[in-house]
Amino acid sequence: MIDIKDLSIVFGSGRLRVEAVKGLDFHVEEGEAFGLVGESGSGKSTVLRAICGLAPIARGSISINGNKVTEPRGRQFYSTVQMVFQDPYGSLHPRQTIDRILSEPLSIHGQRDQDLRIVAALEEVGLGPAYRFRYPHQLSGGQRQRVAIARALILNPKIVLLDEPTSALDASVQAEILNLLERLRTERGLTYILVSHDLAVVTHLCRRLLVMRNGEMAELTDSSTLRRGQPASAYTRELIRATQGFARAKALSAVPRRICGKAADPLNSAEHMHSGGKNTRPRSP
Amino acid sequence: MTQRSLLEVEDLRVRFHLRTGLVEAVRGVSFKVGKERLGIVGESGSGKSQTARALLGLTPPPGEVLANRLTFDGIDLLAASRRTLRALRGGRMAMVMQDPKYSLNPVMTLGAQMVETYLAHTRAGIREAKEKALAMLEAVRLRDPERVFSLYPHEASGGMGQRAMIAMMLITDPDFLIADEPTSALDVTVQQEVLRILDALVDERGMGLIFISHDLRLVSSFCDRVLVMYGGKVMEELATGNLSDAQHPYTRGLMNCLPAISGSAHPLPTLERDPEWAR
Amino acid sequence: MGNLATSSRRGRLRKWLTTNEPISRGQARLGSAYRSWLAFSRNPLAMLGLIIVLALIIIAIFADQIATPSPVVGGDLRTERLQPPGENHWLGTDNQARDIFSRLVHGSRLTLMVVMLVTVIAMPIGLLIGTVAGYMGGWVDAVLMRITDIFLAFPRLILALAFVAALGPGIVNAVIAIAITSWPPYARIARAETLTIRNSDFVLAVRLQGASPFRIITRHIVPLCIPSVIIRVTLDMAGIILTAAGLGFLGLGAQPPTPEWGAMIAAGRQFIIDYWWVATMPGIAIFVVSLGFNLLGDGLRDVLDPKAEK
Repeated sequence: MIDIKDLSIVFGSGRLRVEAVKGLDFHVEEGEAFGLVGESGSGKSTVLRAICGLAPIARGSISINGNKVTEPRGRQFYSTVQMVFQDPYGSLHPRQTIDRILSEPLSIHGQRDQDLRIVAALEEVGLGPAYRFRYPHQLSGGQRQRVAIARALILNPKIVLLDEPTSALDASVQAEILNLLERLRTERGLTYILVSHDLAVVTHLCRRLLVMRNGEMAELTDSSTLRRGQPASAYTRELIRATQGFARAKALSAVPRRICGKAADPLNSAEHMHSGGKNTRPRSP
Repeated sequence: MTQRSLLEVEDLRVRFHLRTGLVEAVRGVSFKVGKERLGIVGESGSGKSQTARALLGLTPPPGEVLANRLTFDGIDLLAASRRTLRALRGGRMAMVMQDPKYSLNPVMTLGAQMVETYLAHTRAGIREAKEKALAMLEAVRLRDPERVFSLYPHEASGGMGQRAMIAMMLITDPDFLIADEPTSALDVTVQQEVLRILDALVDERGMGLIFISHDLRLVSSFCDRVLVMYGGKVMEELATGNLSDAQHPYTRGLMNCLPAISGSAHPLPTLERDPEWAR
Repeated sequence: MGNLATSSRRGRLRKWLTTNEPISRGQARLGSAYRSWLAFSRNPLAMLGLIIVLALIIIAIFADQIATPSPVVGGDLRTERLQPPGENHWLGTDNQARDIFSRLVHGSRLTLMVVMLVTVIAMPIGLLIGTVAGYMGGWVDAVLMRITDIFLAFPRLILALAFVAALGPGIVNAVIAIAITSWPPYARIARAETLTIRNSDFVLAVRLQGASPFRIITRHIVPLCIPSVIIRVTLDMAGIILTAAGLGFLGLGAQPPTPEWGAMIAAGRQFIIDYWWVATMPGIAIFVVSLGFNLLGDGLRDVLDPKAEK
């Protein structure tokens, strides 16, 4: 369904040139939920943005159903591929009612029966018609994310790109949204690409997943391997450990009280600085 | 952890008089904290952040703070003058916010902000303040303190910014630190680093810490005691690491609805809220 | 009895308007308009602004009925010149023995025309240029903003003078000239607003539905820019009225004896010490009207932002 070959994405030029994604390959089957995991700056969201035309492709190719994507993407593309954004507070227009937000894609694609379809779309994501004429600020975060999902599905796409769909939500709401996404996928035979920093969320929803680091593939694995605790790379192991909460080391080096010298700290290795320093990268142009 | 408690809170209430009526964000919270790590967990709207703000006298304007007792080291925080409060805040009590990007002044270097904080609370000279700032940056394990000192907030990564923020808050040697979601905006691996720093600070300096987060797993693995809040009230208090002993259905529900790498139910159990809890 | 029936019908209408679950788009739209009106009417200053502006409109429409003395032809120059406010002439007379009240009332038509023409011409131009420049970026932005800068670089009166010189003197031409010279600040504001929202997720989401740039700008970005531009326009109103007066004073705007407020101040200037009312009355009129527009603009901004509805 989705073929990504040797994909590289570059922002800026000259001294500011940043290669956000470097030669990435992966393939997503029809009806599959595929996960992209990584920390900020790993390029995982950039891959999603490149698929739907929000980030420039520097090298390599993206094909949907065997056809290379065109530049710019046509209307046909957008009725096949839709996206759900991370922040439900930012992805809905603040001055438009839910009705207006949901009717916009239908008007753009010149489709009829707007009334029926809007009510049906709301119904499908578990919101009654009572929500139809409200403004986004009158809804909770979870309800907004449901509206965003309804908007993505109202054109009946085959592929839905999910960019951290639950990371701005409370744990209990996250469970509801994950269940909703799972139900919609089985009911409609959708293909998902789920981007998340949370390994637990990805392994819950996806069978196969790609761990990314610094714009490159760290590991292509599947959820059952992780469930057995047998990741191939040390980085994935570190991620797994980090998601399980704080591990208090027994013999931790003391924090220097009042130091003036430059004592080297074993914990402050170059690697840790590196992973933190990636945040300064531009996420999108 | 049996020393006398630094902070004592009894029946804390935070109210907002809005045009639509009275909204009570915190409804009768009581706890004591000594030189230990107290975790407060709850979902958005549970009143956990308002509790923290009330402790520091940072409740936003229409809000009103009531308590039977709200003392820090014997000082009554509700009766204290603004001057005393100001001296306490940033001096003996400090707060670390969620996102360093929004809580740091964008047009001042990190170092200048630290020096300013120090000078505001001590009678030290600039040179001493600078030395102190560099020492603090090193204490939070920033590799190149001199460089970080001269960076502007936007030039620092999330992890660096948050460490600098902690360094800034600790420069006055506070006895008490309130951390409101200090690691939520950070990557998981960086999060571990920051937690390790906070952890060591409590152990080494004998500081009291209130750690506020929505992440039950993280808080319970990090803190000595955990308060679980819902609807402005404390649902239950847990001793550390004993998440599985949680009695309250709310805590259990919160735990169960988290997916786990080791496998989770499909669909995930969702949290059924009982209106009785918020009574 | 009848009273009761109407009041219950009114109650039902209010219920229909304020329901949380409107059935149709029409009802939802009327309901939100009604709620906006409620929010607006709760703001006393905004209501004061609205009353002033409505009064201006009514006075302009019924000028002939309200003020019967001719605003153009004065009375007896020997006995009725420069009379203080009194029974016969509420606001006194000017040096041509014309009734100042009458001139003010008839001048409201000109003021209203100035205000409307400027809004109708300058606001859309500024909004369009600003949003297009901000959204498209790149060379489009560079070209449009340099043109804006060129317009901004000239003092407004000088530029308006040049336009009037080309178009010919007269109040309509003066107003057109002012409108053409007053759009640059609006374009700047619209561009700044656009830059903050062009990369927001809700704009990206519409882009991902296949919307054209034109559709995104007109239907999603412009509505968010309008409030700040409205504020700026209402703040500019006083300046615009005064610029029109300045042109009139230079003989390029309203031609005497047209009762234009700014021209009246200019004419009353020479008598300000001995006959204060001649210049003061139109001054108060300009002050009240600009205040009205400012208050109305402030109130509108609050209502146009649904987040402030609470």
